[in-house]
Amino acid sequence: MSSPSSALRAGSDPYHLGHHNEWIGTEPEYTGARSGGPAPKRIVVGYGFWIFILSDVIMFSVLFASYAVLAGNRAGGLGPRDLFDLRDTAAETALLLLSSFMCGMASLAVAWRNQLWTQITLFITGLLGAGFLALEAREFTHLVSIGAGPTRSAFLSAFFTLVGCHGIHVTVGLLWLGTMMAQLLTKGFRENIRHRFLCFTLFWHALDIIWVGIFSLVYLIGTILP
Amino acid sequence: MSSTQDPHIDPAISQQLLRSRGADAGSVVGEDRLPGEPPEATPGALGAEIRVYVYGLLLAIALTVAAFWALHTPLIYGPGIMMAIVALAVAQMGIHLVYFLHLTTAPDNINNALALAFGVLMVGLIVFGSVWVMAHLNHNMMPTQQLLQMQP
Repeated sequence: MSSPSSALRAGSDPYHLGHHNEWIGTEPEYTGARSGGPAPKRIVVGYGFWIFILSDVIMFSVLFASYAVLAGNRAGGLGPRDLFDLRDTAAETALLLLSSFMCGMASLAVAWRNQLWTQITLFITGLLGAGFLALEAREFTHLVSIGAGPTRSAFLSAFFTLVGCHGIHVTVGLLWLGTMMAQLLTKGFRENIRHRFLCFTLFWHALDIIWVGIFSLVYLIGTILP
Repeated sequence: MSSTQDPHIDPAISQQLLRSRGADAGSVVGEDRLPGEPPEATPGALGAEIRVYVYGLLLAIALTVAAFWALHTPLIYGPGIMMAIVALAVAQMGIHLVYFLHLTTAPDNINNALALAFGVLMVGLIVFGSVWVMAHLNHNMMPTQQLLQMQP
């Protein structure tokens, strides 16, 4: 193959009508969008995992839709206003948001190849995530203990399915987080490890985005329903 | 970069184009980067990168506090509170996408943005479609008592 710039020259316009000239000399970085062959692996990896995240979000949207439809069907039982403690919700929101922020800090530490800060920030990320899970587990056991378990009404079935599914995602994310910490420690900042870490940060940030939907729709809007 | 400049174009302008290609791609961060991807580790850039995350965190906290505040405020018309909370949630999701995931429409990122657009379309169809259809069914359904009386 001839050099990229001469290949581009053949297709460029001498009167600069298009935008080709902006990209001359930069083809290797922009291969996915311009001429010059397949995209680099990090772009393909990120895109593939992004597609997975979006399909996960679509799955959550079905659970959101079920909750929105079933929130009023309480079979004579208690509704969101009586069952939910919004102080717990606020604490869970804060924990998960800070965890997402610390995950961002960890991605910077990885970019700067600082092992110590990578481990510290990932550990804090995991600690905050575990705190979130503990609060959620406490809430669930409290609900079940007062007879408002998932079998009580359609509203509670939808609630436990949606919020529980998010909780399972966070649990799996914590396992993945521990794995990433160990791999970064023992294998270093190798390219394939960084690709895995990129996928993990995507996953963790996406969980926080889904939680924004949960605390808004399930908890806040739930408590203003009649 | 300067070694492969286009001879058709004035070197000064060419340099400017090369420098501005990231900034005019519609990005707050100003770089073509994948969602969640860390930046290039250039000396001195760490402070700016941390600042982006801090801005995102502060905006997210502000929107969360606003959502909790909107729940009980007398300033918003009662039936409109639900829409206010939905709007604040959508805004916060946007903040997360831009400041934490660095989603832009720059060339290497455009496929991610398009996939996201499709995802948003699907989520919208599923959630609003379900709520709409089920609310109408509920509204038009004959009350159970009448239904029982119609049985022979």
